[in-house]
Amino acid sequence: MVEQTVQIVSNQRDTDLYFRLVVRAPQIAPLVQPGQFVHLRILPLKHALLRRPFSIFQVSGDTLSILYKSVGQGTEVLSQMPPGDELSMIGPLGHGFTVPAAGGETPLLVAGGYGMAALYLLAQRSPQKGIVFVGGRRRVDILCEEEFRALGWEVRATTEDGSHGEKGLVTHALQTELGRRAPGRKLFACGPTPMLKAVGQLAAEFNLPAELSLDEHMACGIGVCLTCVVPIQTGDGWEYQRTCTEGPVFDSRQVAWEEAK
Amino acid sequence: MNLSVKIGSLTLQNPVTVASGTFGYGAEYAPLIDLNQLGAVVVKGIRLQPVRGNRTPRTFEVTSGLLNAIGLQGPGVDGFIRKYWPFLKELKVPTIINIWGTTVEEYAEVARRFDTLGGVGALELNVSCPNIKEGGAQFGTDVKLLSQVVAACRKATQLPLITKLSPNVVSIAPYAQAAEAAGSDALSIMNSFPAMAIDIATRRPRLANVTGGLTGPCIKPIAIKLVWEAAKAVKIPIIGMGGIQNAADAIEFLLAGATAVAVGTANFYEPQTALQVIAGLRQFMQQQRLQDVRDLVGQCR
Ligand SMILES: Cc1cc2nc3c(=O)[nH]c(=O)nc-3n(C[C@H](O)[C@H](O)[C@H](O)COP(=O)(O)OP(=O)(O)OC[C@H]3O[C@@H](n4cnc5c(N)ncnc54)[C@H](O)[C@@H]3O)c2cc1C
Ligand SMILES: Cc1cc2nc3c(=O)[nH]c(=O)nc-3n(C[C@H](O)[C@H](O)[C@H](O)COP(=O)(O)O)c2cc1C
Ligand code: FES
Repeated sequence: MVEQTVQIVSNQRDTDLYFRLVVRAPQIAPLVQPGQFVHLRILPLKHALLRRPFSIFQVSGDTLSILYKSVGQGTEVLSQMPPGDELSMIGPLGHGFTVPAAGGETPLLVAGGYGMAALYLLAQRSPQKGIVFVGGRRRVDILCEEEFRALGWEVRATTEDGSHGEKGLVTHALQTELGRRAPGRKLFACGPTPMLKAVGQLAAEFNLPAELSLDEHMACGIGVCLTCVVPIQTGDGWEYQRTCTEGPVFDSRQVAWEEAK
Repeated sequence: MNLSVKIGSLTLQNPVTVASGTFGYGAEYAPLIDLNQLGAVVVKGIRLQPVRGNRTPRTFEVTSGLLNAIGLQGPGVDGFIRKYWPFLKELKVPTIINIWGTTVEEYAEVARRFDTLGGVGALELNVSCPNIKEGGAQFGTDVKLLSQVVAACRKATQLPLITKLSPNVVSIAPYAQAAEAAGSDALSIMNSFPAMAIDIATRRPRLANVTGGLTGPCIKPIAIKLVWEAAKAVKIPIIGMGGIQNAADAIEFLLAGATAVAVGTANFYEPQTALQVIAGLRQFMQQQRLQDVRDLVGQCR
């Protein structure tokens, strides 16, 4: 974990409200493991104090990138920052995905919207290739499909409005595939909480291991404030663990969703 | 140039500490800053037993501030000693342990346990957490209860005692005086201010706990006033906190009457803040040709 001031190399619109930010971060980039994130202080924000967490999308030499959606005050200001501007970055943070071993289980990746960002490095560094299920509301919510194909993965897209790929929810496409009951598979998912819950249920139903990257609000990002906790099964009970430190990736069997409400 | 100050019998190499609950148990920040540069490390509130804490959402960002209702999640005395003390006891700077309980007896018992541990710098009595149904703030908003808690802890330990006062009182002077009379060596001012926010789309409170405590730059003027009033009412030193982001903020607290300061919420967004405050304080003293940081304390005219 390092804190450093990073310079924007590029910051361009991908589709619709999605942007790609590339920064030069020589101290952070070499340390990154798939599924980890950075905590970004958007310096022009003066009255919104907190850093914002983003999955590390791609790493190349001493640069790293994030793929983000403009959804609020921080990401909107970020989307307007030109190359050359500076940001403060802490990273890499959190406990990421287990990279599949050569000859091991076949990875099935499941992403909703910007969830694709958290899965790219996993797909890139996995010696074992598999299928990526990507879903979104509309065509513009389906990100970096071709980049996953270029890594040699099969990509199956679904949109809720049917404007691209199969019409429906990403978890329906996943369910259909799991119905074939091919042996030796493992799920890896990142996306909105309802999608993660559905993936967890499918994993339980088909008795498959699954790793989920959770999206919780954060303040410190490094384990001190206890904002980001989720109920995690331990032995005969459960305890609150930190999404920023023990997570963001958890074993789906351990996430005790029912305790959270 | 002298930056060191005393809190009871405890000497701090400089007056800049961190606020309980915003710095974990120290170790979390060790990869990012040199803890041995601080005046002291102050850990998150600990009671006898482990505490699970409140449901989420536990924090919410507001204009120039943060609302929180963590619910004092923690490992309890034994868990703390097992998991965190081995690291903390090796630091060159003192560790101040923030403690709380739901009864006077529990406060005293926790104080006794840390007294026998050996190597603790001081105890900070949290009598002012707004997010706990039993205990917490009720001790901080009732002068009699406050006196009892402080007196019971005073009997239980030789360690320097710092009483952390609630801002949620009509006048802070009687509370400050009660803590002093009951044997407190110092005061911490202030804890978070009770507050609330609502999501207009769902019409639901932003925090699962409904209300929480407000911290960050937006509370600094409140904290300055409370330190100013308390400093006039007591002789014991005050650790001032509330919204400190830079050396200028810290100096304002010293001028209001604080002997030391603590950096809180700012740690979350800028982990270097405490170190920047120390550097900025040195620079200010050089510019003003001040030999001793204590010459700033209470110098607001
Ligand atoms: C581990 C992790 C990885 C993430 N990766 C990505 C990514 O790769 N791409 C991407 O676009 N987004 C990602 N997010 C979500 C991203 O953090 C939020 O969209 C962002 O914080 C919104 O900030 P804002 O100021 O624009 O929104 P505002 O609504 O103005 O933010 C207000 C507060 O709420 C928090 N907040 C709002 N939405 C979210 C959210 N969905 N998750 C967590 N905190 C939120 C903000 O951090 C801030 O503290 C990730 C979140 C987490 C926890
Ligand atoms: C997330 C959070 C947790 C806190 N936990 C504690 C605690 O356990 N014990 C305590 O005495 N104060 C606690 N506080 C209060 C701080 O120590 C401090 O008094 C307050 O935040 C004001 O300082 P600031 O504005 O610089 O943050 C907490 C504050 C925050 C933001
Ligand atoms: S965000 Fe502070 S503990 Fe996870």
